[in-house]
Amino acid sequence: MASPLFRWLLLFLFCLALVLASPFLPWLAAFPQGWTLPLADVLNTWALPVFDILQGPGRALAAGLDLPLRGLRAALEWLPWPALAGIVVLLALRASGWQLAVVAIIAQAGIVAGGYWPQAMNTLAIVLMSLPPAVLIGFALGAAAHRWPRIEPATVAALDVMQTLPAFAYLIPLLILFGFGPAPGLVAGVVFAVPPMVRNTILGLARVPAEVVEAAQMCGATSGQLFWLAKVPAARSQLLVGVNQTVMASLSMVIIVAVIGGFNDIGWEVLSAMRGAELGRSLMSGLVIVAMAILLDRITLGFASPGRTTILGQKKFRIAFGAFVIAGVVTRLILPEVTFLPDALGRNLARSIDATLMDFVVATGPFFAALRDGLNYGLMLPLRIGLLGAATPTVWGFTLMPWMIAAYAIVFAGGAFILWRRTPTLAIAILFVGLALATGITRFPWPGVVAMALVAAWASGGPRLFAMTSGALGLIIFGGLWAAFTQSAYLTALAVVLCVLIGGALGLLAAENDRASAILRPINDALQTMPQFVFLIPALMLFRVGEFTALIAIMLYAIVPPMRYVEHGLRNVSPALVEAAVQMGATRSQLLWQVKLPLARPVIRLGINQTIMAAISMLVIAALVGTRDLGQQVFIALGKADLGLGLVAGFAIALLALIADRLLRD
Amino acid sequence: MPETDQNSIDRHRNVKLQCRNVWKVYGPRPDYYFDAKGYRIEPELLAARLTAEGHLPALIDASFDVHEGEIFVIMGLSGSGKSTLVRCLSRLIDANHGTIQLDGQDLLAATPRELIEIRRHKMGMVFQSFGLLPHLTVLENTAFPLKLQGMGLAEREARAREMIRLVGLDGREASYPSQLSGGQQQRVGIARSLAVGPDLWFLDEPFSALDPLIRRQMQDEFLRLQDQLKKTIVFITHDIMEACRLADRIALMRNGRIIQIGTPAEILLSPADEYVAEFTAEVALARVIRAGDLAVAAPMSEATAEISADQPLEALMSKIGAGHRHFRVLPAGRYPGGYVAADRILAVLGHEAATLAEVG
Ligand SMILES: Nc1ncnc2c1ncn2[C@@H]1O[C@H](COP(=O)(O)OP(=O)(O)OP(=O)(O)O)[C@@H](O)[C@H]1O
Ligand SMILES: [Mg+2]
Repeated sequence: MASPLFRWLLLFLFCLALVLASPFLPWLAAFPQGWTLPLADVLNTWALPVFDILQGPGRALAAGLDLPLRGLRAALEWLPWPALAGIVVLLALRASGWQLAVVAIIAQAGIVAGGYWPQAMNTLAIVLMSLPPAVLIGFALGAAAHRWPRIEPATVAALDVMQTLPAFAYLIPLLILFGFGPAPGLVAGVVFAVPPMVRNTILGLARVPAEVVEAAQMCGATSGQLFWLAKVPAARSQLLVGVNQTVMASLSMVIIVAVIGGFNDIGWEVLSAMRGAELGRSLMSGLVIVAMAILLDRITLGFASPGRTTILGQKKFRIAFGAFVIAGVVTRLILPEVTFLPDALGRNLARSIDATLMDFVVATGPFFAALRDGLNYGLMLPLRIGLLGAATPTVWGFTLMPWMIAAYAIVFAGGAFILWRRTPTLAIAILFVGLALATGITRFPWPGVVAMALVAAWASGGPRLFAMTSGALGLIIFGGLWAAFTQSAYLTALAVVLCVLIGGALGLLAAENDRASAILRPINDALQTMPQFVFLIPALMLFRVGEFTALIAIMLYAIVPPMRYVEHGLRNVSPALVEAAVQMGATRSQLLWQVKLPLARPVIRLGINQTIMAAISMLVIAALVGTRDLGQQVFIALGKADLGLGLVAGFAIALLALIADRLLRD
Repeated sequence: MPETDQNSIDRHRNVKLQCRNVWKVYGPRPDYYFDAKGYRIEPELLAARLTAEGHLPALIDASFDVHEGEIFVIMGLSGSGKSTLVRCLSRLIDANHGTIQLDGQDLLAATPRELIEIRRHKMGMVFQSFGLLPHLTVLENTAFPLKLQGMGLAEREARAREMIRLVGLDGREASYPSQLSGGQQQRVGIARSLAVGPDLWFLDEPFSALDPLIRRQMQDEFLRLQDQLKKTIVFITHDIMEACRLADRIALMRNGRIIQIGTPAEILLSPADEYVAEFTAEVALARVIRAGDLAVAAPMSEATAEISADQPLEALMSKIGAGHRHFRVLPAGRYPGGYVAADRILAVLGHEAATLAEVG
């Protein structure tokens, strides 16, 4: 058996040979179209007849779902908004306190003033409708996995796929089954919102202290009593965290699902505003989503926190709640036509914001355009098509001379040679980076990528990961998605590297400086609560449609984990060790680089892992602002209701995310 | 009957709980070693083989009787298998081999339904880290076992209040466990375990999580309670002083084996081996051994003073100093009484001085 280092060196030589050979063998750089298999078509011919049969029951179910949803929407529409808003404020008071109540008042006043109250209520109606089934199914699955530990691994694996499979991919079968309308969105919301409930149920039940369980057993509890009277109440607060995450997942999904349209909700509002390039409107509706997300999150989290002390007792809460409902009903009965909503205010506001923003964008346009073009030509293009591709008269304004190539090769080979003695791993990494920068990520010979992925999978995950990786690569290569895949890989890699550098630096700052930490924490909180969709808006505003915009949107979403984990890892290094190092006379920077960072490595690694997962999950949504990657393929499939293509591309993304996760886990 | 009982003063009482040749083994396939019926297991050989084949024998061939109304203390260092033993007795875990009988009924053969009934009426258990339900108040926690039995609200709360008064927590009925101190939480644990009126009471290191002063106070209260209630008790501890204070008899455990069973005085005065001797060396004999432990039945006509059998030897020292040489020992508690000579007392305490000198 060759040593790992030797194996990677061989692999490098293999890739180098491929690169050198590719000018003569064009099939090495791009996978030939003629070699692909019609996977998507095969899927379509097999699956569509099945769906035809299922369509009848599906449509019936959709109609059944539609009815209560209509009822809920009608009720939320019928009650005057001040009554509903009052109830939300009451919930905020009871869940948390004055601060949250004030936030609720301001947020709702903003929604009303902006003119988005009806749309917000429609979105809320779908979220509320998806909640009971998601919570019940999730709880039942979690309880089953707890009861029969043997099914737990399979359950968790299924959850991983459910959460990494891009939403648009399973929207296609849902669309075919349920037809257009709110039903597919509702079902997609449920599917997406079930996993966090399952995970929290499993976790909560497993964390019930053994002695509590044993004490209940010794009191003579039957197994049913043990579960319902001891375990479930003892796990209550974890279960409520599950409900909180379920609400957030459902909201995020319901907004994404708006792309299929047909429902006057806030997601559609953002989307149509973005399509019409109405900056003010898209920004305002985006803010409405943020406001809703924050309110839903803080209120449900408040109810979940175990040591909650409330300033509003149960009894007072009930009376006030009843008072608001009755006042609302009475008002509506007396004044059946009045909406109490200001109509002109919001539109005018949007228009004036639009104008201001336009001015701002026009004024700063040259700056942001320069930034975009600079990064585009200086960084993204060479990464994508390589120095060999970029250094041409049309792009960089000069032709690559042989001596330049030689110098480039010497710099990298020399660097690797010097490093070989001390850190051979780094030396090999440098060789690979040099090669990849020369050809560009998207033009790297595909057999080399396949070989690298398979070797890495075998080395870190054994036969199972190897099989999984082969499956994913097979799906991509023979499904004709190689070009889209390399685009995804390049976009993800770039976003992750930038996020880790920038986010890591910020996290480091926050770990060393309390003021920075206090400033960054609420920003992180806000970024984490926002539905992914919202990140598109500022990126689109400043940089227009294009790959760069997608990159910015992905980074906005994926930058939180490195910040969080780096700070957390550094701050949680055992104080005893830090004291010991200080006592030995370590300077502050020695302390950081030689003690804290090495000790925080496992946590930071987990953060990088999370960054990759976040970036991949954002790929599909970023496709809305124009990319050429796998996400775009899924999106195209959605537009054509092409079940096969959607599933192949969707599963490719899901598998990539899972493989990246497993590869980096240990 | 096996030799473990030969020196017991409780021989005349009924056996409440009988435990014979009980084994508990952790590992990949523990039952494989016990499925052959009929042949005699050689404990040491089997234990060695289990260890060699990657198993952990946590409980090796445990046999003993617990008599009605007795405080039976199981004592040993951390990891010696005490919790494993008491969990086998209460069937929270299933022993791999052996028999356990409660009032002559085979516990290991009880069906789940029967087991629930036994636990609802005959057994109570107190846990080291209390095991209180965090979402219930003191009152609800105490009433919990009664609720499980389907008792009506008013009745069970009345009973729970009675128990809460018994452990001295009245006034805190509406508090949640997180609002109580450790000692108070354990009182709730005790009240809850007593609510169903069990005859057999298991306590797994009930006071270990408490600080020394509170622990001492809880021990006194425990003795006071037992004076009223007269339960049959299996009490686990790793603290030799606690064992000596509370026990009628002590079973000493090491590495899954019971290495000696006897009254505190027997264990202190005639340790079975070096290990036990070392273990007990720190104990101040004058405080732990009582007059009744040394009393003999044969009358001594020259007795010049009287003393209650449950007095520690310490209390006799002043009388010996005053010149008394022989004492009449009056019956008290479990001690029948009799006579004791000062020479015998001094010999025992001298023995302690000698051991101390050895260790030091
Ligand atoms: N579920 C289990 N699986 C494997 N080994 C176990 C298990 N439970 C206990 N053991 C082992 O059995 C041995 C006895 O454990 P036990 O809990 O009975 O000790 P103990 O005397 O109660 O100690 P302590 O004073 O720390 O509570 C220990 O070596 C322990 O590691
Ligand atoms: Mg224990």
